[in-house]
Amino acid sequence: MGILEVKNVNKRFGGLQALGDVNLSVAENTVHAIIGPNGAGKSTLLNCLIGKLIPDTGSVLFQGQSVLGRKPYEINQMGISRVFQTPEIFGDLTVLENMMIPIFAKRDGVFRMHAFEDTSNEREIVEQAESMLEDLNLQDQRHMHSASMSRGNKRRLEIGMCLAQNPKLLLLDEPTAGMARADTNNTIDLLKQIKDERDITIAIIEHDMHVVFSLAERITVLAQGSPLVEDTPENIKGHPKVREAYLGETA
Amino acid sequence: MFGLAKKDVTLLLIVAALTMLAPFILNPFPVDSAMAQFNAGYPDLMQRFVIFGIFAIGFNILFGLTGYLSFGHAAFIGVGSYAAMWMFKLFGMNVLPALTLAVVMSGLFALLIGYVSLRRSGIYFSILTLAFAQMSYALAYSVLATDMDGPDEQGLLQKGLTGGETGLQLTLQDPRILGQQTTADGGIPVPNLFGLEMRSATEMVMGDWVFTFSAGYYFSAVVMLIAFYLSIRIFRSPFGMMLRAIKCNNTRMTYTGLNARPYALAAFVISGMYAGLAGGLMASMDPLAGPERMFWTASGEVVLMTILGGVGTLIGPVLGAGVIKYMENIVSKINSDILHSWFAFLPDGLEDLVVTMIYPFVGKGWHLTLGLMFMLVVIFLPGGLVEGGQRVARLFRRKKAKEGKKSTQSTPAE
Repeated sequence: MGILEVKNVNKRFGGLQALGDVNLSVAENTVHAIIGPNGAGKSTLLNCLIGKLIPDTGSVLFQGQSVLGRKPYEINQMGISRVFQTPEIFGDLTVLENMMIPIFAKRDGVFRMHAFEDTSNEREIVEQAESMLEDLNLQDQRHMHSASMSRGNKRRLEIGMCLAQNPKLLLLDEPTAGMARADTNNTIDLLKQIKDERDITIAIIEHDMHVVFSLAERITVLAQGSPLVEDTPENIKGHPKVREAYLGETA
Repeated sequence: MFGLAKKDVTLLLIVAALTMLAPFILNPFPVDSAMAQFNAGYPDLMQRFVIFGIFAIGFNILFGLTGYLSFGHAAFIGVGSYAAMWMFKLFGMNVLPALTLAVVMSGLFALLIGYVSLRRSGIYFSILTLAFAQMSYALAYSVLATDMDGPDEQGLLQKGLTGGETGLQLTLQDPRILGQQTTADGGIPVPNLFGLEMRSATEMVMGDWVFTFSAGYYFSAVVMLIAFYLSIRIFRSPFGMMLRAIKCNNTRMTYTGLNARPYALAAFVISGMYAGLAGGLMASMDPLAGPERMFWTASGEVVLMTILGGVGTLIGPVLGAGVIKYMENIVSKINSDILHSWFAFLPDGLEDLVVTMIYPFVGKGWHLTLGLMFMLVVIFLPGGLVEGGQRVARLFRRKKAKEGKKSTQSTPAE
C-alpha cells in the first residue's frame, strides 16, 4: 500500500464532472508526477488532497488515515506540505523569519501563546533555520525581506520552508511555471538533491515535460477528470493514449 | 535589560523620560505670554495623551501586526469605563480593582465580539466590528438604561446599568461596601490609589512658568509605560511573528500547519483589554462614563491615531494619539479674536483677509486641519510620523557621513 491512497474520488462542480472515479496510489519514497492537458482535473485533485476541497464521494488516505474533513493545517501537521504554483511566502518578513515559522509550527503545533518569550532567545530554532538556509544557499539573504528576492530564490525558499517541517509527502503544484530556464534547472537540481538526501515522497503536478522526465519515477496521466494511464516515464513517452489525450484523436 | 534588546531598551527609556518630564516639556511658554495657550502641560490633557496612547498601543497590536482593521474598538473603552464605574459604586474608590475589572470585562467582551467577527476578514470584519460597537452604543444609550427597579424605587439601578445618555455617575447612595460611602464633609469620595487622590496635584512656580504635577497623570503614565513595555515584548515574541505572518500571507500560514484564527483572536482580545484599560483609566481620572465613548467616531479616531503615527511601529500610535489630542484641545481653542491679535501688525484689510483665510482651519474647524494633515501623511509618508522621523534621521546621518568622508579624504592630501 502506498503512502497516499486515493480511492474512487468524484468531484462535481455543477454540471462539470471535474474528477470521475480517480484511483491513485503513490508509493513511499518515490517521485510521482501527475500530468495531463488543461482542465484534466490536476489542480482539483491536489486541492482534495490538502483539505481545500472535499470530494463528493471516495476516500483519500495518507499513511492509512483519512484526510477528508480535516482542516488544511491539520493535514499539514500530519506530514503533507504543499508548494504552490506562485510561491507563497511571507513577503514582509525576513528570509530567516520565513524559515523559522515552519520550524515553530513543527515544534509548537497549530497554536501556541508564546507572547512573552523573546524570538532571539529561541537559539535552537534560529540555528535550524540558518542551517536550512545554508543548505539552500540563501544564507547571504537571510536579513532581506523575502518579497524582494528573485522568483527562483522565492521558490527555493518556499521549498525549503516545506522541508523544514520534515514532511513525509511533498506536493508540488507546477513548481517551475513561469520560470526562466536557468531557474527551472536550479529547481530540478534542488528537487533531485532532496530526493537523494531525504526519506521523502514527492508528488508533482507539472506541465513542463522536461521537468517531469528529469524527476519522475512514476507518472499518472489525467484526462477529463479520470486517470488514463499510470506507468514509468519510459513507457509513458510513447504511449498512444497519452499522445491522443494531449494532441487530440486525429494526431 | 528587562528581557529586551538594547535598541528597545533605549526606546523604552526615552519614552519613560518623556512621559515623566512631560509637565515641563509640554509647558514651554510662560503663563502670561501670548503663546501660553499652546501649553499642553495641564493634567486633564496630559492624562488624555497617555490614556489614548494606551488605547492606540493596543489597537496597533491588532491592526499593526495582524492587519485586521477593527472599526469598533471604542466599544471596549465603554465596557472598561462602565466596569470601573460599577467597581467604584459597589466596592470603593481604589483604582486598582476598578482597572482590573475593566480589563477583565473588556477582555471577555472582546472574546465574544472577536469570536464572531473573525469568521470574516477584510472589509467584512471591519463592518462586523462596527456593527457590534454600534449595538453596544445603542445598548448603553437606551436598552440597558431603562429603570430596572421599577419607577418608585430609588435604588442602584434607577437608571439601569449604564445611566443612558446622561451617563453613569457616582451618587451618595452608592454602597461602596469596602470603602467609605461618603467623605467626612458629606461629599462623594474621589478615585484614589490607596489614599492618593487621582485629582490631587502640586504646582511648582519657577519664575514666569507654572508646572503642574498631577497624581492622576503620573499614575496613568506609569500604566502606559507598563502597557508599552508589554507591547514591545509581544512585538518581539514568536507570537508577534505569527501575527505578522497572518498579515503577510494567510494561505502560507494555513499550509504551514498553523491555525490563524486563534492567533488573530488572541491579538483581538489583547487589544480589547488595552482599550478596556484605557476606558477604566478615563473613569478613574474623571468618575463618569457615558455612551458617547462607544460611538463610532471614537472607533475611527483610534484608526487615525495609529495610521498618523505609523502602523505596525512601536512608538507610532503613541505619537499619533498625542498629535490628535493636542489638536483637539489646543488648535480648537484658537478663535478669531486670537487670530486678530496675532496678525494685528498687518494693515487692516490684509489682516482681515489673512484671518478669514486661516479661520476655517482653527477653532471648530480643527478637523479640517487634521484631515489635511492626515491626507498629507498617508500620501507622502505611508509609514506615518515615524517614517518622517526616520527620513529626517537618515538625512542627517548622510550629511554626517559626507562630512566624515571629506575630512578623511583631505588628510592624506596634507
